[in-house]
Amino acid sequence: MTHPIRVLVTKIGLDGHDRGSRIVATYLRDAGHEVIYTPPWQEIDAVVALAVQEDVDVIGVSSLATDHLIVPDLVDALRAAEMSHVGVIVGGIIPDIEHQMLRDAGVDAVFGPGASRAEIVAGVEAIGNRVQHQKLTSGDFAS
Amino acid sequence: MSATTDHTTDQATAEQLCLPGFDDAERKWHDDYAEQIPDDKTVRNRSGLEIKPIYTPADWSSTRHMADLGFPGQAPFTRGIYPTMHRGRTWTQRQLIGLGTPTDYNERVRSILDLGATAISLIPCNSVFRGVDCDEVPVALLGTCGTVVNTVDHMDTALDHVSLSDISTAMNDPTPFTLLAFVLGVAKRRGVPSDRITGTSNQSDYISHYVANHMFYRLSQPGSRRVLTDHVAYCIERVPNWNPLSVVGQHMQQAGATPAETMGFTLATAIQYAEDCIAKGLDPDAVLQRLTFFFDVSISLFEEVAKFRAGRRIWARIAKDRLGAKDPRSWRFKFHGQTSGVDLTAQQPLNNIARVAVQAAAGIFSGLQSMHTDSFDEAITTPTEESARIAIATQNILREEAHLCDVIDPLGGSYYVESLTNQMEEEILDVMQQIETAGGMYEAVDSGIVQTMIGRSALDAQNRIDNREQQVVGVNCYQTTEELVQPTPYRPDREAMAAHVEAFEAFKTERSRSEVDAAIGDLRAAANDENLNVFEKVVDAAEIGVTHGEIISTLRDELGFGDPLIVT
Repeated sequence: MTHPIRVLVTKIGLDGHDRGSRIVATYLRDAGHEVIYTPPWQEIDAVVALAVQEDVDVIGVSSLATDHLIVPDLVDALRAAEMSHVGVIVGGIIPDIEHQMLRDAGVDAVFGPGASRAEIVAGVEAIGNRVQHQKLTSGDFAS
Repeated sequence: MSATTDHTTDQATAEQLCLPGFDDAERKWHDDYAEQIPDDKTVRNRSGLEIKPIYTPADWSSTRHMADLGFPGQAPFTRGIYPTMHRGRTWTQRQLIGLGTPTDYNERVRSILDLGATAISLIPCNSVFRGVDCDEVPVALLGTCGTVVNTVDHMDTALDHVSLSDISTAMNDPTPFTLLAFVLGVAKRRGVPSDRITGTSNQSDYISHYVANHMFYRLSQPGSRRVLTDHVAYCIERVPNWNPLSVVGQHMQQAGATPAETMGFTLATAIQYAEDCIAKGLDPDAVLQRLTFFFDVSISLFEEVAKFRAGRRIWARIAKDRLGAKDPRSWRFKFHGQTSGVDLTAQQPLNNIARVAVQAAAGIFSGLQSMHTDSFDEAITTPTEESARIAIATQNILREEAHLCDVIDPLGGSYYVESLTNQMEEEILDVMQQIETAGGMYEAVDSGIVQTMIGRSALDAQNRIDNREQQVVGVNCYQTTEELVQPTPYRPDREAMAAHVEAFEAFKTERSRSEVDAAIGDLRAAANDENLNVFEKVVDAAEIGVTHGEIISTLRDELGFGDPLIVT
């Protein structure tokens, strides 16, 4: 790891169970990354605004109870805000048959139950490093 | 804390036990064991208690029988709260059900009743939990995890052909208890007197929602406190066979609390609610006889049995000594057990049938009054009809075939279980003392102490799985590359749901605006007048067609919104 990754760990939609998001936030902090953590039930627009404000590299959305079904709306909203360079990762109870739907919508990675600490950290780092590299090389972000 | 424990005589000497040869035999066993397992690892249960390889009369002596155990149906109820327990009447089979539109729910509930379920429950959609109506959220999220019930009409459809005077109904219904209000509205329509209605305001415990699911958003804590006590007072007087208070340990254990922490937090919460009701002038016996508990039953079988036996004993003392209930029936710790979803795995999901069977057996050995068994696909989705059938059959098999109900408290008298019950009791009392020192459960939740403890335990549990100290089949051992079964996630029919929302919007415009405004005005006034019963106005409003979301937003205006306290 060369540079800490800025990760927004959040929950959108209707469910408030946060055991998973709290643990993932701890994993990422332990690995030296900068975690911005929100309460559950964020509105999509609020997540996008926070991503802009905090200049995050990655947004991690935790879902226990089907809130992943509106993640495509989040990806669309990021695109509309010209934030499509930000990596989007979904973790939690995501049935296998819905992984493709999320991938097609532009989600970079999906972590199901049983994903280990090492897999999650490595996944976030791979995507985060890519985003940081993009930021450095893209005209918009080069100073 | 008035509940105290004294197990000082537990560690008896062989001489006291009059067991000639005990010391020599024990020494020999110890040497043999140490020779064969020279590097024996320390074993701990989920509550962190060290578990020895063997327990003997030196750990628990039957001379403690009367002080620690007594007989079933007698204080301190360690062995069970009724004299006959499951030999007289087995537990109520109460499967949690919630999905789709009220019509979808009704179809599922009737099929479950046909299969032998003896009671029903209703899990509302997350939009309902969130305190909003169906026209306020994306259709994609409606009905995936619970039923979309926003009005008395919806409840009428959901309970079509379900006899309210015969079937006990549990509503997963936190403050301000709109679902019970809808049930009462339906009963009135059908001419069923409210004293014939039986059931439970399941999960009326907002503290557990605050702590584990962060459900601060419905109402502020003082607001929830106010509505809860009014609701208890209303039910005691008007719906006397309804249990208005269900104190929930399940959420906390699911969120990561250990079994001992869970029991400690839950009893500490129950004390606060009971004291609020008593302070309002309600009779302790009337309140406590309508108080029930709702717990997770994990796969850590002996620990769960000890958790419940210890919990019964502690609660009996609290009810009598601290809360001042005089009738021994008020000291009974009645509980619903739900097999723990946290133990289930998304990997190799059919294995969950075996897990649930062990959890359910633990619940039966623990002497539960009512049970929900999870379906094997619950780690992934709201159950399908097939998986729901297997869950019910699991209960039927355990009850009919396995001879688990032949003997009351069959693990009682086991040196291990009795010793563990004592240890769990000490651990639980220690947690309760920490809460007491923090100023009680309300204070401990407001300051985030409880959330921090739960988060720490959740991380410990995850670390044990990550470093393989805790093996989980299919997750960190015995993995397979291919799943034999891929459960199909339950997703309600999107068009039917959209039609449900459309009909709801039409319903709202067709109502008499003046009637609705008057009911909302009454609700507002009651919220601001401590001398009025605010739940009574919830019932009145529900009956004339005020919606769930309207009731909650009105009360939220008056009683405040609780900002989520985030502890990471």
